[in-house]
Amino acid sequence: MSNPKELELKEQVIRMSGVDPLKCMRCGKCSGTCPSYDEMEYHPHQFVYMVEKGEIEKLMASPSIFKCLSCYACVERCPRDVEPAKLVEAIRLLVIRQQGANHLKANQIPDLLDDDMPQQALVTAFRKYTK
Amino acid sequence: MVFHYYPGCTLKTKAIDLDKYARASAEALGITLAELDNWQCCGGAFTMAKDEIATKLSSVRALADSRDSALVTVCSACHNVIKQTNDAMKNDAEFAMKVNNYMQLDEPYHGETKVYHYLELLRDVVGFDKVAAAVKNPLKGKKIAAYYGCLLLRPGKVLQMDNPENPQILEDFIRAIGATPVISPYRNECCGGYMATEDKALAAKKSGAVMDSAKEMGADMMITACPLCLYNLTKNAPGEKLPVYYFTELLAEALGVKE
Ligand code: SF4
Ligand code: SF4
Ligand code: SF4
Ligand code: SF4
Repeated sequence: MSNPKELELKEQVIRMSGVDPLKCMRCGKCSGTCPSYDEMEYHPHQFVYMVEKGEIEKLMASPSIFKCLSCYACVERCPRDVEPAKLVEAIRLLVIRQQGANHLKANQIPDLLDDDMPQQALVTAFRKYTK
Repeated sequence: MVFHYYPGCTLKTKAIDLDKYARASAEALGITLAELDNWQCCGGAFTMAKDEIATKLSSVRALADSRDSALVTVCSACHNVIKQTNDAMKNDAEFAMKVNNYMQLDEPYHGETKVYHYLELLRDVVGFDKVAAAVKNPLKGKKIAAYYGCLLLRPGKVLQMDNPENPQILEDFIRAIGATPVISPYRNECCGGYMATEDKALAAKKSGAVMDSAKEMGADMMITACPLCLYNLTKNAPGEKLPVYYFTELLAEALGVKE
């Protein structure tokens, strides 16, 4: 963590999430329980570690931020109450709040639908992928 | 007894059964669910960032409109979003101040409303013993695997519904309607959730593990409170599948109010 921009991003992520990465003891339980583990380049415990190091831009550029299911397993099962999902969420928001940075574009939607899919799936995807 | 009721957008469309049987069963148990006027979709997922205001306003409105009694939800996701929003209004002073400043309600809201998931209504207000006593058609001999998924119980310290790692509310419900609960180790693991939109393979893998585990444990059927769980289990899980029902449908059947 060297340059002022990274420091500012780190502070912003910590403020938005309310997470204190220093509480983490690096046991890896969050990643062990994460249902999206196989889909992620950086895993929940790495989010915690990398935020602590100030490597926010690396996380912002990773598709991992769109792989969190918001299942709260890591939040529930972390022995130190670190709540890693809140970091994933904050970094995802930093990205999609930028103009034109939506992960899901309106014209992609028809292809994702089928007759049985509940609104809940789409509404949630919208919330996770767009601003 | 009359409670405010927040059905949620999916219960008005794809998950009509979840809503319809919830209302009919409540009436049979002496409870009227009075739908809130002008409720708006909760958005399906609680945005965890503290500085996120706009996406939480529809939930705050529903909560503030219910403060003369309590608010009942039945979809796992609505329950999750509304309870987490209520918790933030109660315990995050800066967030509550921003919301109240923006909304300009007649009286500021600070998380006063009690929120019940429908299952909590059965357990804590009606009582599962009273539910059992009202059963006309017990589902005798049926082996039912409860599927909690993730949003019904987690985060446990906020939702305060049941022990998130070793829950029993759905198993108690299953006993109350005369059936036998089957416990699957995947009952509180995620089915893949909304990722079914852009990553069908992930949804297939996750919901398949949930379904296979219930089959292995010898269940005849599964129950859920979540439309997205039901969709993933019935549509995206590969191979042979057990039937999956909304818990309210089996309740209505047991109470003899299912047309
Ligand atoms: S479970 Fe908690 S303490 Fe363990 S690595 Fe993850 S965040 Fe750190
Ligand atoms: S909330 Fe996200 S990061 Fe945490 S375990 Fe679930 S999918 Fe993984
Ligand atoms: S959780 Fe779902 S069903 Fe419930 S209102 Fe929100 S989006 Fe709609
Ligand atoms: S749909 Fe899956 S993601 Fe949602 S509550 Fe159900 S289990 Fe969790």
